[in-house]
Amino acid sequence: MFDDLSSQPAWLSEEVKTGTTIIAIGFEGGVVLGSDSRVSAGASVVNRVMNKLSPLHDKIYCALSGSAADAQTIAEIVNYQLDVHSVEVGEDPLVRSAATLVKNISYKYKEELSAHLIVGGWDRRGGGQVYVTLNGLLSKQPFAIGGSGSSYIYGFVDAEYRKGMSRRECQEFVVNALTLAMNRDGSSGGVAYIVTVDENGAEEKCILGNELPTFFDQ
Amino acid sequence: MDRHSTNSKVNGVSTGTTILAVKFNGGVIIGSDSRASIGGSFVSSKVINKLIQVHDRIFCCIAGSLADAQAITKMAKFQLSLHSIQMESPPLVKAAASILKELCYNNKEELQAGFITAGWDRKKGPQVYTVSLGGMLLSQPFTIGGSGSTYIYGYVDAKYKPDMSREECLQFATNALSLAIGRDNVSGGVVHLVVITEDGVEHVVVPGDKLPRFHDE
Repeated sequence: MFDDLSSQPAWLSEEVKTGTTIIAIGFEGGVVLGSDSRVSAGASVVNRVMNKLSPLHDKIYCALSGSAADAQTIAEIVNYQLDVHSVEVGEDPLVRSAATLVKNISYKYKEELSAHLIVGGWDRRGGGQVYVTLNGLLSKQPFAIGGSGSSYIYGFVDAEYRKGMSRRECQEFVVNALTLAMNRDGSSGGVAYIVTVDENGAEEKCILGNELPTFFDQ
Repeated sequence: MDRHSTNSKVNGVSTGTTILAVKFNGGVIIGSDSRASIGGSFVSSKVINKLIQVHDRIFCCIAGSLADAQAITKMAKFQLSLHSIQMESPPLVKAAASILKELCYNNKEELQAGFITAGWDRKKGPQVYTVSLGGMLLSQPFTIGGSGSTYIYGYVDAKYKPDMSREECLQFATNALSLAIGRDNVSGGVVHLVVITEDGVEHVVVPGDKLPRFHDE
């Protein structure tokens, strides 16, 4: 009769996923990365303020999605590998190098891991760049979206993206896209984290729920 | 990885599709793509019309199993015309939507189709109703449906404005459908739009090469 009281709540046995929305866009002179802040285990939100934008180096960041543990581990490993690499080379690493390190892990362990990282940053050779590493592929793109919430904003980003947007326009683009996705995706929500990386370094910003833009039905 | 799965688990011919209906100042526009596919790997028809006229000023469009949708709309058409004769006046859009809802709700175990109903009537003017898979009926200013609709939620949320003009609304609907066709592999072909107002019904077809192009095309 009292067996039910000792059974564990469902969220303790569910895998923790950063079912999420992540986005990165390059502009002349840098990149803007953005993410939501919800981490879910099944139907429970286990962390509502997680920052999914993780630094790989001073001017290279990655955005995490998929299984929280897998994504964080990949980011930590690549962070270490990049430190070693940049000491060996004697200068700041290229964004492409960071993305390649992420891709190598994603591809080699593609059966065991389920995480997708978008890598964005600035380096002296190529300026602002965005790379996707989904499933072990490496591809440079003008912008990238990922995570469960990204399905809902494909139409929006296709329609709104233009080449040659300024830094400010890119930041607005990222905030708008994140807000729209958070409004529709059950696994995305909370606050929006934005990181703007350029030759001077990285600027992190957190936009609270009530400061996000509102749309027609709100 | 969180992959968003589209609910195209139907066997047989499915209208994995994109459909929408939008109210504007003085009327409604109902629209869809034109692709019918079997299992997502074979296009069985490139130019199917998914916009069914159930009465003079009332249209509905179908998403889900094509066979179910055709059977239901046939029955709904009959019931609606009978109702209209008994009432001696053109039927309300809500009546059409309710008939579809009854059929979907009472047969929810066997059926796999969702509907959007849009039209004009004298009592409330232009209206848009959506009947979901389980038989829920909801009235909205605009609505989207079908497998391709997931990709345009962000776009329509951002771009819809109440009381648009006819031209703005046509552009909005065409853009939304083009964006969905661009991302959903089971939506495609041409864009069918029907503009319904007090004065009548106008069918607009936008062929593939006239669709708006976006940054990567």
